[in-house]
Amino acid sequence: MLSIKNLHASIEDKPILRGLDLEVKPGEVHAIMGPNGSGKSTLSYVLAGKDDYEVTEGSATLDGQDLFALAADERAAAGLFLAFQYPLEIPGVATMTFLKAAVNAQRRARGEGDLPTPQFMKLVREKADGLGISSDMLKRGLNVGFSGGEKKRNEILQMALLEPKLCVLDETDSGLDIDALKVVSEGVNALRAKDRAFVVITHYQRLLDHIAPDVVHVMAKGRIVRTGGPELAHELEARGYADYVGEAAA
Amino acid sequence: MNAEVRSIRTAAETALSEIFASAFAGLPGDAAVAERRRTAFDAFKTAGLPSRRVEDWKYTDLRALMRDAKPVAGAPDGVMIAAARGALAPYAAIDATRVTFVNGRFVEELSDLATAEGVSVTLLKDTLATGAGVEALSDGVSPVGNVAVALNTAFVADGVVVSVAPGVTASRPLHVANIQAGSEHAAYGRVVARVGEGGNVLLIESHIGDAGAHQTNSVVTLDVADGARAELVKIQDESLDTLHLATLAVRLGAKAELKTFALAAGARAARQQIYVSFTGDASTAEIRGAGFAGASRHLDTTLVVEHDAVGCASREHFKTALDGEARSVFQGKIVVKPGAQKTDGKMMAQALLLSEAAEADAKPELEIFADDVVCGHGATVGALDDELLFYLKSRGIPQKEAEALMVQAFVGEVIETIEHEGLRELVTHRALAWLTART
Ligand SMILES: Nc1ncnc2c1ncn2[C@@H]1O[C@H](COP(=O)(O)OP(=O)(O)OP(=O)(O)O)[C@@H](O)[C@H]1O
Ligand SMILES: [Mg+2]
Repeated sequence: MLSIKNLHASIEDKPILRGLDLEVKPGEVHAIMGPNGSGKSTLSYVLAGKDDYEVTEGSATLDGQDLFALAADERAAAGLFLAFQYPLEIPGVATMTFLKAAVNAQRRARGEGDLPTPQFMKLVREKADGLGISSDMLKRGLNVGFSGGEKKRNEILQMALLEPKLCVLDETDSGLDIDALKVVSEGVNALRAKDRAFVVITHYQRLLDHIAPDVVHVMAKGRIVRTGGPELAHELEARGYADYVGEAAA
Repeated sequence: MNAEVRSIRTAAETALSEIFASAFAGLPGDAAVAERRRTAFDAFKTAGLPSRRVEDWKYTDLRALMRDAKPVAGAPDGVMIAAARGALAPYAAIDATRVTFVNGRFVEELSDLATAEGVSVTLLKDTLATGAGVEALSDGVSPVGNVAVALNTAFVADGVVVSVAPGVTASRPLHVANIQAGSEHAAYGRVVARVGEGGNVLLIESHIGDAGAHQTNSVVTLDVADGARAELVKIQDESLDTLHLATLAVRLGAKAELKTFALAAGARAARQQIYVSFTGDASTAEIRGAGFAGASRHLDTTLVVEHDAVGCASREHFKTALDGEARSVFQGKIVVKPGAQKTDGKMMAQALLLSEAAEADAKPELEIFADDVVCGHGATVGALDDELLFYLKSRGIPQKEAEALMVQAFVGEVIETIEHEGLRELVTHRALAWLTART
């Protein structure tokens, strides 16, 4: 589904991703772990199409489609979703208005008509209820006055509404209390499907207790330096990254 | 040779003199009004059209912007009236006493003169013919010699004189609708409003034009007595080939309240002058506006708020979104006269540049002659935040649509302060239409 080959990307001429390879098949959940600054968020932004980064080498395809040939909104319409590590606040754009704009933009990109408002409202209410997002929050400016945990839940709500093929979750567990972690994980698990894949970036095993990964990767200095099964996450939890930082540097 | 030698007249100045000479006899008013017109026109002739060398017009060079002078429009024909009827359609849902002018001429069939109890509405041309004409033409607030006001005084053909009796809250708003139809003419209109002690009224002023090249000059004077409240919502949606000059002059008594909102959505070049004077203690004024301009349009907001009383508060907030090579000008001044203690004044002008070539000039000023005051001003000019745009795009929202959402959010802050729901929706719709036309 997602195929990344020898990806190099830099920001302001500073190389961040340095030959990254990653293959994700439909239905799989991949976890990416790695020290701070190793380039995990950079990878997610490069995939999503943030302008600040320059791809200097390599390729990334989603179901065979060259992601780098598409604008950010086209990548989203092609089925890519990024749950931001730090979701942004947009005062004045009501959450509901934003959700509707996003859902309808993607429908239009697929050649479908806009979802009738009552149907859309019903859908949002249904999904929002499951994530503990109140109708008051939906009326507020996007993420404005939302707690850290509420912002993360809002990301999952967007994911649930947009039904992407590939979901990249960048530290969705950070800032969540124990109950919220459960709610968010259930939200994610509810979306697991044989034709949908997840790349879950996290520092902690506790998220992976809820969202069981099929594959765990260690990222260091802009590359995937080790790949293993779920047991790798436990090993990292116990031993830290010291080994990998050295290995990548070598 | 000094370029400022006034014997060299521009084509527009020469034409204005000719038009005045030929129109003068036909303009309404008694002998005193005629004298007043002549004095006003003489003042204009002496000064001429202001160029950028005149401080107050530094950013809006009227001599350059006004390339010709169009003749004062005659009575509209059937085609024009039909067009005007169409232009009024968006207002149909807004219940109001409606006085409609097409090309500056009153059109009864498009008006609804039924007034709320305690509210009187008279056509200015009738007032000008009575002894009260000269008084109606003197606002006492806008700066003496202001060229836009002087030309309006000289040429004004009609308008509305409205009076709200003391203690009366008008149960219906008053809508003064100005529609430009046809092309190549000038319309001069004036609204003279007085809200008696403890009175309360909502005034709606609209300027609409679909096509055609026009020149409009409008003056609104508002006298808000002690304990009274006036709200004014102005919608400027002139054709994109119109030169729109507008002046709002407000005098506030004690414990009075003013709330104004001005939308600038149209015109090739528009200058909105607002002069507010606090003459009684403990009054408040909220003065806001939103503007949109693309292509090489020019939008000027010139504002002077004069605090000459104790304990008054003023809030000014203007937001403009600019595209193409459009330019906005904000000149705002808060003046605190000696003795105007406990003045609380805050002014903010914000411009959003949606293109590289758009330009916003802001000149906020404070002139404070009292020591116990809290005053502040700010101005921001910036582009849309790329990080926020990326967030929206990452959800599948295309660039232009993402920009539209953010511009809506930007101007929404001031549009949302319009209390009348129907008007708020109308203004929101207009903003949306502009944004949709960009995409
Ligand atoms: N805008 C930028 N300008 C310069 N350097 C940047 C910029 N953004 C990221 N970097 C650098 O790129 C490197 C990778 O950052 P990134 O955010 O991808 O790391 P991360 O693995 O997500 O870290 P964390 O675990 O802390 O979230 C860091 O050294 C960071 O300082
Ligand atoms: Mg990160």
